[in-house]
Amino acid sequence: MLKISGLSKVYPTGAAALKNVSFSVGEPKVVTIIGPSGAGKSTLIRCINRLVEPTTGKIMLDDVDILALNRHDLREARRRMGMIFQEYNLVERLTVMENLLSGRLGYVGFWRTYGRKFPAEDVAAAFALLERVGLSGYQNTRADALSGGERQRVGISRALMQKPDLLLVDEPTASLDPKTSRQIMRILVELAHERGTPALVNLHDVGLAQSFSDRIIGLRSGEVVFDGPPEQVTAQVLTKIYGEEDWSTTIRKVEGESGKPDKPHSESEESMLRESLA
Amino acid sequence: MTPLKHAAKHPEIWRRFSPRQALLRYACYLGIVAVAVWSVSAMDITWFFLLDAHVQALDMATRMWPPEAGYSRKLLTPLIETIHIATLGTVVTVLVAFPVAFLAARNTTFNALTWFIGRFILVASRSVNTVVWGLLFVAIFGPGPMAGIWAITFRSIGFLGKLVAEAIEEIDTGVVEAIESTGASRLQVLWIGILPQVLPVIYGTTVYRWDINIRESSVLGFVGAGGIGIVLYAAINQFRWQEVSVILLAVFAVVILSEFVSAAVRRRIT
Repeated sequence: MLKISGLSKVYPTGAAALKNVSFSVGEPKVVTIIGPSGAGKSTLIRCINRLVEPTTGKIMLDDVDILALNRHDLREARRRMGMIFQEYNLVERLTVMENLLSGRLGYVGFWRTYGRKFPAEDVAAAFALLERVGLSGYQNTRADALSGGERQRVGISRALMQKPDLLLVDEPTASLDPKTSRQIMRILVELAHERGTPALVNLHDVGLAQSFSDRIIGLRSGEVVFDGPPEQVTAQVLTKIYGEEDWSTTIRKVEGESGKPDKPHSESEESMLRESLA
Repeated sequence: MTPLKHAAKHPEIWRRFSPRQALLRYACYLGIVAVAVWSVSAMDITWFFLLDAHVQALDMATRMWPPEAGYSRKLLTPLIETIHIATLGTVVTVLVAFPVAFLAARNTTFNALTWFIGRFILVASRSVNTVVWGLLFVAIFGPGPMAGIWAITFRSIGFLGKLVAEAIEEIDTGVVEAIESTGASRLQVLWIGILPQVLPVIYGTTVYRWDINIRESSVLGFVGAGGIGIVLYAAINQFRWQEVSVILLAVFAVVILSEFVSAAVRRRIT
């Protein structure tokens, strides 16, 4: 359970990226954060594992006060939070297996890292994950030989290798085409539910957010301006988050889908794509 | 829009530079020419010697020709020593230069002091020529290949360290973020997140420096620091020009060879 209260971030330039943000994320729930560019979505995600140091506020992961941790304890807390990035951020020149196992770095010492000698159960978990995300047989492929969608599958697997209590996902589909985006979101949401791991996902695509999340948080200029289920995201709400615009096409696209990620995937990808583009 | 207004908004005559900018550019060209003229006039060149330079060159060539082929057998040992000096010097360089490079890169150094120490080592190494380093080490170790190895090493640390440090500063920081967010330690981030990103630069510059070092170690003998330079120096001093030409050809062959090896290795780095 993640509990954020009164979180603010002011960058040294004086720009206030987050203003008094409070919300909680618990149980296996996929929560997406939407909002215009520069609304503070990335800053918010990065404050939670302190890749960015917040200015004020409180972040509790279960009973751990994240902002009070010293460097060593922060490393232990970070092991519990898997992060997935827009640009995948894989180590390009290493193999898929090495990238997956890097998710275990917080648990192994330097000499095991040096010799790439990871415990057998970690390797077994990596193979199982590769099969689950549809990358069986890719273990010795170098990351730079993969397509965008494949890279993001590796990115997701690396985060899950940590056996995290929370997934922090920063624009996972922004570099991908619409079809691959949907596939990646589906895998992500399925895995989050399967493993009972709550996920906090930044998305700039409102349609994707509405189809794949249990709850949506709208961020505007560093403030939470909406927090509720996807069905409640109306034209008025979008205007509140993004500003005045004709939302009829965005809304209709969403209403064309039943929207629950855990529904059976009987339809082919092609028909889903046509639907989403209709 | 009337034609007149249109002309005012979009003038037909377009110039890349304003008259002021153009004038400034010509002034710069003129300045460069002035510097060149000044350099030549300040150097006290004996123009008289240039008059018969072609005669002297031809004379030198005839004295060098034909190369004394039988002499080449005696060259094998000093030639191999030259390659050994370059190779060993490069190996030692690799061991020393990387820690220094990580100190000298802003994003991996510990604090301002370690950064300064790293940078200082790099600058000090590069500001002294290999032959000068050779002179110093001949004074310390006495003449011979040992002095040559250290001369090569001390000059190469700056070269390799600087290029690797710059590569470290230009890595993809997203990867570092990703590895940090797994809870990895500083050393693990270095090993998994940073090292793979700079390895191509490390391989490439190391081989390139080895290639340079082969050329440099062939003249180190001039100051007594081992290798084929000793033989070359002796041959020149004794006016044995037919032997000099053999030595030059031999060095040329080795340099070409190292060039091939270096190019082949760098092509395979991905």
